[in-house]
Amino acid sequence: MGTEATARAPKTALVRIAALSKRYSQAGGLMGKRFVVDALRGADLDIAPGCLTALVGGSGSGKSTLAKCVAMLEKADSGEIWFEGNTIWPGTSKQLSRLRPKIQMVFQDSASALNPRLSAAQIVAEPLEIQNLGKRSQLRERACELMTEVGLSPDWADRRPLEFSGGQRQRLAIARAIALKPALLILDESLSGLDLSTQAQILNLLLDLQAAHSLTYLLISHDLTLVGQVADFIAVMHQGKIVETGNRQQVLGSPQHAHSKELAASVRVVEEAYRTARVGIER
Amino acid sequence: MATQTDLVSIAPPPLIRIRDLTVGYIAGHGQPPAPALHKVALDIWPGEIVGILGESGAGKSTLAGSILGLLPTSSTRAGSICFQSQVAPNQDLQMQNLLRMGERRWQSIRGARIAMIFQEPGLSLNPVMRVGDQIAEVIRAHRSQSRAVRKQGCEEILREVGFADVQRIYRAYPHQLSGGELHRVAIAQALVCRPELVIADEPTRALDVKAQGEILKVLLEMQRNVGSALIFITHNPALLAGFADRVVIMYAGRVVEQGPVGQVFQRPLHPYTKGLLRLFPGSQDAGLSEGRLPGIPGTLRTADYQTSGCIFEPRCSVRTAVCRNEPFAEQVSDDHRVSCFHYGN
Repeated sequence: MGTEATARAPKTALVRIAALSKRYSQAGGLMGKRFVVDALRGADLDIAPGCLTALVGGSGSGKSTLAKCVAMLEKADSGEIWFEGNTIWPGTSKQLSRLRPKIQMVFQDSASALNPRLSAAQIVAEPLEIQNLGKRSQLRERACELMTEVGLSPDWADRRPLEFSGGQRQRLAIARAIALKPALLILDESLSGLDLSTQAQILNLLLDLQAAHSLTYLLISHDLTLVGQVADFIAVMHQGKIVETGNRQQVLGSPQHAHSKELAASVRVVEEAYRTARVGIER
Repeated sequence: MATQTDLVSIAPPPLIRIRDLTVGYIAGHGQPPAPALHKVALDIWPGEIVGILGESGAGKSTLAGSILGLLPTSSTRAGSICFQSQVAPNQDLQMQNLLRMGERRWQSIRGARIAMIFQEPGLSLNPVMRVGDQIAEVIRAHRSQSRAVRKQGCEEILREVGFADVQRIYRAYPHQLSGGELHRVAIAQALVCRPELVIADEPTRALDVKAQGEILKVLLEMQRNVGSALIFITHNPALLAGFADRVVIMYAGRVVEQGPVGQVFQRPLHPYTKGLLRLFPGSQDAGLSEGRLPGIPGTLRTADYQTSGCIFEPRCSVRTAVCRNEPFAEQVSDDHRVSCFHYGN
């Protein structure tokens, strides 16, 4: 698939990633040894438009590096990335800055990702301000609209991020991310660390926003309990490569790669646990 | 079938009997304390595994802190936590209120008879001390044994938690061990004095599903060997199925439902428990309905803690006017209790 993908730009995928590689190296300490990590080793992935693609894998498998390369926050060493048929990597910085608003990212730790000194409205309006998309009063109004859209009361527009709960802060981060009407939203472990019922609420919010704005999601997660129920596609990553992709039923139902089997088994363990808990009472 | 009174007369007394436990944290001068636990009633029987299930802010860790006498001084406490203790082998059992016990007395209990496994062993272990010495330290605090006997005891417990190369682990510093190994060390440290009660506060939170399973297996095996009762605090019901005997569901500082795991998971009665369990694949009516995950609407707000009625009322889908009164724990069957006026619906 790799060579074929390199040969031509995608027709159907919103994002196509082909043979992407990235090495992090760090100058050595006392012993003078260089510390080298191959985070990506030729990863290929198509992200279908209007769908929720879950990128799963163990820690250190390269999920976040891949996401950062797509979000143009990190430069890959080799390989190519297309977005809506245009090459975004390799690309000139002029091309990239035009495309940047279209790809937005929501991070894991909302407490440290949001500027604690700005008010909620300022945080949400900041991207609009940077892109010169309106006067100050208009920006605030738009920020309040966006807050309402993600389920936060506009009355809270003057609160600081640390005055919100974890789930509310993540809603705020999502409001900021959708301010520029992006086509692709990358959520890097944005649900980890939240309570399950809060995770379900955020996932429902994402589904609502998807319907309203035809958004595409790349959702990075290591826990498939809830994500496995809503993802359209699941891509499994292992040691810097995408080892399996498919729709939810394929990957969870009949996984092929050893690592996917492990993941699917973990979901089944949960189901099994409930079943045995029930059987226990039936006896 | 035996009647209720028969059961009481033959059953051993509970190891821990908690009644009306109310804890608050003092936030500032002149302000009322922020409530953390409200009239919690709970029994822990010898040798059983009790899962405490709840989301953040439910009061799970405050409950653990209360049982271990580790609440900050800036907290208000009311109610009782009675611990069954036998001071000498031939003496009768006594019930002691842990809330009123002095620090000196606590030192003979904490670590020896009630022990704790913390959330992150990487942080709770001393980074500049050999792992073996840290386990030996627990024995030294509670038993007068020679150094050689202590070392033997440590090696034995390390072998019991599944280490093959005991010598390597004994001499290792925490940073030289993997996450899974550290967890097993923490279990060994907690169980080395063969306590009657072990409290594990989300011991597997940071681990992936596979490693979680392995740690649970070790914990279960050890709990059986030692015969301790285990309080297992978690936010993930999936970990309790097939592991715990009983489950206690907490919400905003209250126990809203408790009962045998199978019974509660098969037939959850409290609307909060129902909402929580619906989120899991394999549970009843799980999965998407009309393209949405079945969740619990709303959030737990700080102001809600002060209510004189049902704590879940603001988020509840079956609430009526009667829910403005405080619900009492109704006994539905032998050991299944629920605090809800509408549990039948």
